[in-house]
Amino acid sequence: MTVRGRRLAAILILAALPGWAPQSALSPAGDEAERIALLSWILFVGATAILLIVIAALALAIRGAEPVRRVIGSEGAIRWGGIVFPSVVLTLLLGYGLWLMRETIAAQTTPALRIAVTGEQWWWRVHYQRDGAAPVREANEIRIPVGREIDFALRSNDVIHSFWVPSLGGKLDMIPGRTNTLRLKAERPGIYRGQCAEYCGGPHALMALEIVAVPEAEFQAWLAAADARNEPAEPKVAAGEKLFLSTGCGACHAVRGTQAAGMVGPDLSRVGGRRFLAAATLRNTAENLAGFMTDPQVAKPGALMPPFAIFTSEEMDALTAYLGSLR
Amino acid sequence: MSAGPQMGPATAAELPSTLPRPEGELERLEAVWKGPRGWRIVSEVNNTIIGYFYIAAAFLFFLLAGVLGLLIRLQLAAPGNDFLSQETYNQIFTMHGTVMMFLFAVPAVEAVGILLLPQMLGARDLPFPRLGAFAFWAYFVGGSVFFCTLFFGVAPSGGWFMYPPLTGARFSPGVGADWWLLGIGFIEISAIAGAIEIIVGVLRTRAPGMTLARMPIFAWTMLIFAGMIVFAFPAVILATILLELERAFDWPFFIAERGGDPLLWQHLFWFFGHPEVYIIFLPAAGMVSMIVPTMAGTPLVGYRLIVVALIAVGFFSFGLWVHHMFTTGIPARSLGFFSAASMAVAIPSGIQVFAWIATIAAGRLRLTVASLFVIGFLLIFTLGGLTGVMVAMVPFDRQAHDTYFVVAHLHYVLFGGMVFPLFAAIYYWTPAFSTRPLSERLGRWAFGLIFAGFNIAFLPMHLTGLIGMPRRVYTYPAGMGWDGLNLVSTIGAFILATGILVFLIDVISNMRLTGERGAGDIWRAGTLEWLPNHAYATRSIPRVRGREPLWQQPDLAGHVEAGAYYLPGTATGARETIVTSPIEAEPQYVMRLSRPGYAHLCAALFTAAFFLLLTVKAVMLAATCGVLAVASILVWMWNSDPPSAGNVDIGGGIMLPTYASGPISHSWWATIILLLVAAALYLSYLFGYLYLWTVGPEGWPRQTDLPSAVSAWVSLATLGASGALLAGTRFVLGRDVPRPGLVASLLIAGGAALAGALFIDVASHWRSGLRPQSSGYTAMVYANAALQAQMAAAVLVTALFTVARLLAHRLDRNRRAVFDVLMLLWLYTLGQAAFGLLLTHGFPRLVAQT
Repeated sequence: MTVRGRRLAAILILAALPGWAPQSALSPAGDEAERIALLSWILFVGATAILLIVIAALALAIRGAEPVRRVIGSEGAIRWGGIVFPSVVLTLLLGYGLWLMRETIAAQTTPALRIAVTGEQWWWRVHYQRDGAAPVREANEIRIPVGREIDFALRSNDVIHSFWVPSLGGKLDMIPGRTNTLRLKAERPGIYRGQCAEYCGGPHALMALEIVAVPEAEFQAWLAAADARNEPAEPKVAAGEKLFLSTGCGACHAVRGTQAAGMVGPDLSRVGGRRFLAAATLRNTAENLAGFMTDPQVAKPGALMPPFAIFTSEEMDALTAYLGSLR
Repeated sequence: MSAGPQMGPATAAELPSTLPRPEGELERLEAVWKGPRGWRIVSEVNNTIIGYFYIAAAFLFFLLAGVLGLLIRLQLAAPGNDFLSQETYNQIFTMHGTVMMFLFAVPAVEAVGILLLPQMLGARDLPFPRLGAFAFWAYFVGGSVFFCTLFFGVAPSGGWFMYPPLTGARFSPGVGADWWLLGIGFIEISAIAGAIEIIVGVLRTRAPGMTLARMPIFAWTMLIFAGMIVFAFPAVILATILLELERAFDWPFFIAERGGDPLLWQHLFWFFGHPEVYIIFLPAAGMVSMIVPTMAGTPLVGYRLIVVALIAVGFFSFGLWVHHMFTTGIPARSLGFFSAASMAVAIPSGIQVFAWIATIAAGRLRLTVASLFVIGFLLIFTLGGLTGVMVAMVPFDRQAHDTYFVVAHLHYVLFGGMVFPLFAAIYYWTPAFSTRPLSERLGRWAFGLIFAGFNIAFLPMHLTGLIGMPRRVYTYPAGMGWDGLNLVSTIGAFILATGILVFLIDVISNMRLTGERGAGDIWRAGTLEWLPNHAYATRSIPRVRGREPLWQQPDLAGHVEAGAYYLPGTATGARETIVTSPIEAEPQYVMRLSRPGYAHLCAALFTAAFFLLLTVKAVMLAATCGVLAVASILVWMWNSDPPSAGNVDIGGGIMLPTYASGPISHSWWATIILLLVAAALYLSYLFGYLYLWTVGPEGWPRQTDLPSAVSAWVSLATLGASGALLAGTRFVLGRDVPRPGLVASLLIAGGAALAGALFIDVASHWRSGLRPQSSGYTAMVYANAALQAQMAAAVLVTALFTVARLLAHRLDRNRRAVFDVLMLLWLYTLGQAAFGLLLTHGFPRLVAQT
């Protein structure tokens, strides 16, 4: 059967997965994703077996020997094949599924880390809650410590989005007026790509994110460094900062420690340290940054940032140097 | 076969009509049923012609939406492709889904029902031919305009399930979303019109002796299909009304910061949307249940089990809608329930699959093209069902939801479960309607290409989704592992399209539709649609003695054609069919059917124009068309309900009346079904009202903010007065002495009381300072008023129509079907209005914080 042949081929492809599919539910790196991946394999094997049984029954019904056909051609066969068999299989599956849901949802302990992620058209606003200090504001790249359960508080300010990092676990929607909490844990250090899974209009396809899982100590150091002020050392960087502040960038974007405190667009306090720009759409290079500022519509049609084609190339150099220095 | 069959005196005695039939009887029958020729064919109402139009239109939309699918596949063939712009792509995928679901799938199965049911049931036509024609024209005109929005770049782009807030005024300011809401809402109304026709047709126009237990499975599925439309479509109609009210007048039903909730839309939409899947699938399964026994040459094994399974699917499918919302953050406990229900629905499908396999085993399957498509259906649909069980598992769904896995799953279920059976059906039934069957050779090519192309296109998508590709993305970066799989899918899609092309060539070269005799029963099938068929359907209406009458009564075709059964001519000089009892199918009366005309056509065109012009905010023009639409309907209805033509002999010593009113009449049944639609609409509203309260009770008014209870009591009393006037009307109408003037005055007074009651209520809310724009709660209060006003308007128009008929002496104590309909409508409206008062005044008091 061609169907079966393709299934086998698919399984062979899967064996080579993690290398070439960076956003895969089948290469889990977190406990929840692992449980679901195991469930998936059970489902695939079971479904293939059942499909084969149906194909065999159909083939025998068409061209089987008379006695076999007499058995398949009876009401008894319908009762066993259509009622008893699925009832048993489905009951077992349901039990397993409910047990899994207990595992994933009924976790009692309160984790120490809570990260608020808010869906925006078309990027991710990230706040790290801290006791006794202002939250640390980030965007689009979420740094987390390895091995710790983290509660992501998911909200939306505009339309419905869905937060999905397949290697770590299932998705959960971000719905205006609600806060949904998703608990995830990364078992090993690594970079896990995620993407908005609920169609949110326009460039929905270009609303991605990365979770960067690092060892606990490194994470704490990174979080603590948020309050450190980046004093521009080079003159070019200083000129860039001046431009940034004088041409109105701060109306939408914030950089900690400066007058730029805009809340409309992504926080840029550590934009230079991020791997990507424009919600994991563009590699973070000076060239891409300059291109994006000049006309965001080229790389990300529909993006809400207005074009800034006003800068000379020296000015643009200074600006990208400044933004690149923010780490 | 011009000469009657030879038969002995013994068999002749069992036949209801004596042979030979008198001179001229056949000619009179032919003359009555002769349809208009040339371009005037647009005025035809006969189910065969309307069925052809309907199927052709649905297939046209299938091809158009299929081309959109190919454009999608071209765009996704390579990463970072710029073949389509973002906005164009978003419009195209929205239209692909919307057109396939609303303009192809549902109309296509409804169309097959309209074409086949009368023949299959032994009726001359469906009970409301003009309603069927109206439904078709409204759908065709509305659907065509809706599709054309794509060419002007103003098509909706919010996805086929149109989730707010994305589709609200703030995030979709253009007219695209309005096209969807008004266009699709309107087409759903046409689907409901068709559903009413089908229910009454299946239950009341079956051939004598065709008890429910002998009814072909296809008729069972169409009955359940239509019943599901009656209860499911109102939910989405309500949702579209609410969203359009929000967009046009800023009533915040779905805006969270003002006390609405975006999830309310999802509940209402999927309460429709899940049954919708089965609405599409069940008739297709019914077609398979007709084809398999014929091709295997043996009766269906497990007929009763299948009927039970079909009914079970109908019920279960209303309890599953939340499985489209597993990732919205709904508590785990409720998810468990919906997960269980979603799995349980696999069992009835399992019963059907094994029943078809059993039937194949019990007989000997001829491997015709129709059989091949059935086999393809069985394989693809089974796989789709298995992936359906997977996504019913909540943890798995949290990964698979909104990815290409779901795209693959839904195409396996819908294309496998509906399009494959539809192709099988076209190959199977074409000889009944075309002078030539389709080609078995081209058909095999078509099947091979479609089957292979489909699997090559959609099987890889399961994997594409699980390795991270979300649905509805117009582009994707390279290096995600999706490139090769997408390219394979695109190649498969084009192989599939080639198969469709081969099929089209087959249709063009071989399908020769006729209103007269087709190629005939080339498969040696057992059911009535294979009787010799003419514009008037069969010459005489048979008495049925089994599930496969042509197998159990070998002489049936000859006798029917010779006119040896019931109603071999026209008894009253009109188009007629026999109305039978709903369960045992015993003849009750002869119903006269309408002739071709233009009033229903104008009604359809003006109704379509009303909705379409409203979309582009041409309010005055729209209002004019609305008035013209109502006027056309009144003209159309004016000649309905003809007076009794006395009792007529239909043969076999059976004398039947030609007029019926009250619970026995077809109009009474249709009205009751219409009121079920209205009730389902109002129940959806009630759900929405209570739902918004559960979500945000803090936004509900305090005791002191509510309008005084006095106004509610006054309004209720006025409703009571309206009911009393109605009762008075009924009493006066039933008296020996006709008093049309008095009846008319009472009706007008009663109507005024009804309108007054609603006005008092709205005025009391308004005077207490309540404005619909303030919050989700206030919007719901005024939405209640809007729904009541809608019913009241229907009552008032019908009442005025009734008054006009009274004064024109077209309505009296005997000829009173119009009044009976009005009374049902009126009583329901009073009940709903009283309930609305109780709800909007009582509930807030019940839950108010003091």
